[in-house]
Amino acid sequence: MQPKKIVLGVIGADVHAVGNKILDYAFTSAGFEVINLGVMVSQEEFIAASIEAAADVIVVSSLYGHGELDCRGLRQKCDESGLSGIPMIVGGNLVVGKQQFNEVEKRFLDMGFDRVFPPGTSPETAIEAIREILKMPEADSFT
Amino acid sequence: MNAVLLTDFGSTFTKVTAVDVDTCSLLGTAAAFTTAETDIGEGLSHALAKLEQQTGRIPYNRRLACSSAAGGLRMVTVGLVPELTAEAARLASLGAGAKVVRVFSFHLTTEDIQAISSSKPDILLLTGGIDGGDTACMLHNAHMLAGCEGRFPILIAGNRSCAHDCQAILNGRETDICPNVLPKLGQLNIEPVQKKIREIFLKRIIHGKGLSAISGLIDGILMPTPSAMLEAMTLLAAGTPTQSGQGDLMAIDLGGATTDVYSLASGSPTLSSTILKGLPEPFAKRTVEGDIGMRYSARSVLEAAGPDRLATLSGLAAGRIDELVSLLADHPDMLPDIPELAALDFALACTAVEIAVTRHTGKLEEAWTPQGPLFVQTGKDLTEVRQLVMTGGAIIHASRSFEIAAHAFYDPARPYSLRPKSARISIDRRYILPAMGLLCQEYPEAALQIMKKELEEHGSC
Repeated sequence: MQPKKIVLGVIGADVHAVGNKILDYAFTSAGFEVINLGVMVSQEEFIAASIEAAADVIVVSSLYGHGELDCRGLRQKCDESGLSGIPMIVGGNLVVGKQQFNEVEKRFLDMGFDRVFPPGTSPETAIEAIREILKMPEADSFT
Repeated sequence: MNAVLLTDFGSTFTKVTAVDVDTCSLLGTAAAFTTAETDIGEGLSHALAKLEQQTGRIPYNRRLACSSAAGGLRMVTVGLVPELTAEAARLASLGAGAKVVRVFSFHLTTEDIQAISSSKPDILLLTGGIDGGDTACMLHNAHMLAGCEGRFPILIAGNRSCAHDCQAILNGRETDICPNVLPKLGQLNIEPVQKKIREIFLKRIIHGKGLSAISGLIDGILMPTPSAMLEAMTLLAAGTPTQSGQGDLMAIDLGGATTDVYSLASGSPTLSSTILKGLPEPFAKRTVEGDIGMRYSARSVLEAAGPDRLATLSGLAAGRIDELVSLLADHPDMLPDIPELAALDFALACTAVEIAVTRHTGKLEEAWTPQGPLFVQTGKDLTEVRQLVMTGGAIIHASRSFEIAAHAFYDPARPYSLRPKSARISIDRRYILPAMGLLCQEYPEAALQIMKKELEEHGSC
C-alpha cells in the first residue's frame, strides 16, 4: 500500500527549524511519506505542494507566537483550490502570552483545523492523531 | 586541413561558418536571407557563395546545422500547479531550445483544447503531479488531449503512477514517456525530457518543415539554434578534459523579436541569513522574453520601460520616440543608419538588456522575523558571475556595445535584483556561438579554443 502523504512546514516568517526536522524524522519513521517544506512557508506554498503531491494531510507548525495571524484563511484557500476537506493539524507556540489552551484550541478549530496541539506535544501524539483522522489501522508500536 | 561547415538556419538569416579543426581557426563567416517559404536551400546556396569569396573553394569533411527557421521548435506545455509542474515543464522546454507558445495549468477546458489545436505546436509536453502525487489532473488532461485536432507528438513526463495510463488514453497518437520533470518537490529532472525533445526534433520536425530537401548540402540538422547556443555556453563555462573553462557565466542574445538570456551557474545564495524558496532552477538556464526585442517587440519595450527612460537614454523627445518605435515595428528590417535611429536603438538595447536580465535572475525579499531580518531568495543569485557574453545583431553591430552590456549589471538602486556585480564582457562580433555549439558535438577542443580566440574582450564592468 502506498504510504500516506504529509505536507509539513513551519508557517509564516517563522524560522524555527529544529522541531520541523524532528517531526520530519518522526513521521518518516512512522511510515508516512513526508513532503517537508521547511521553514518560512506561506499558505500558498502549503496549498501548491498539497495539490501536486495529492497530500493526505497538512501539518502546520508555528513557534513564534504569530500562528493565529498566519493560519487565518488557510482553510478557505484550500476549499477554493480544490483541497476541500483535506485534514489539517496545527501545533506549537501558537499565540503570544499566557492564554488558556482550550480557548486557543477553539479559535484554531473554528479556523478549520481538525486538531490543535499545545507546546510540548510529543510527535507520537501527533502521529496517533493523524492515524485516527486518516482512519488508518492501529500500528503495533512506534519506534 | 580538416574543414567543417556549420550552418544556422535562422528565422531571418541563414548564417554559415567555416572552421579548420586542425588549426582551431575560423576560416570565414557569411549570411544570406533565409528562404523558408520557397526552398530553404536557396538561402543556404547564397550564403555559401558569399563564404566561398572569402575562403575559396574548400572540401568540407563535416557539414552540421541547427535551425530556428519556419517558426523554430514550437511547444505547448501542460502542468498542474503554475509555479510547480507547469513551471518545470516550461523550464525544460526552454532549455531544449523550444519556443514555448502556450503554458497551461490545472484541468484543460474545451477552449484550451481549441487554443492548443490552433497554436499548432510541434510537440506538446504533458506533466502534472510529483511521483506518487496527484493523478487526477494529468489523466483528465490526457482525456481532453485525446480529442485534440492536430498530429503533434505528446511527450508525457508527469507523475509516473499514471504515465502509462495517459499513454493508453492517448492511444492512436504519437506519444513518448519520460521521467517526471518534477519527481519530488524541490527536485527538478529535466535532462531526460530535453534529450527526448531533441530526438523528436531530429526525427520529425526537420521533415515537417521542409528542411530535409537540403540533405544534399548538409549532413544533418542536429538541434534547434537556442539549444546550440546553450551547448556553446556550457562548453565555455565547463571546459574540456584538457582545457579549462571560464567558470560561471551569463549570456544575452538580443534579437529583433525576443531577447534570450542564458546562465550557467548554480545560483546558490551568496549572502548569509538567506532562505531559498521556490522551484530549484537548472544549472544551465535559458529564458526567452517574447515581448522584448529591437524591432517586432520595440513597442512593448517602450511600454515596459516607459517613455521617460527611453528619452533619457536616447536624448530624443518622448513624442519622437513613439513615432520611431511605430516605424521600427512596421519595418523590422530597418537599419539604424540615421543618428536618430541609432540613438533610439541604443536606448532600446539598454532597456531590453536590463528588463530581460532582471526577469532571468533571482530576487531577494527582506523579511522581518522575531529573530531579526532575513532574506528570502527566489531564483538564481548571479551576483558572483564573472563573465558576460553578448550576442545578437543589435549588440554585435552596435558601436556602444560595452555601454549596452553595462545595463545587465547589479544596480545599487535595486539591490534586490541579483544581477552580476562585476564581470568581464565579451562580444560575439562574428556571430559564431551557435556554430560552436554545433562544432562541440564532435570537436569540443576546437570549439572551445575558437571561442576563446574569437570572443572579443571588452574590458570589465
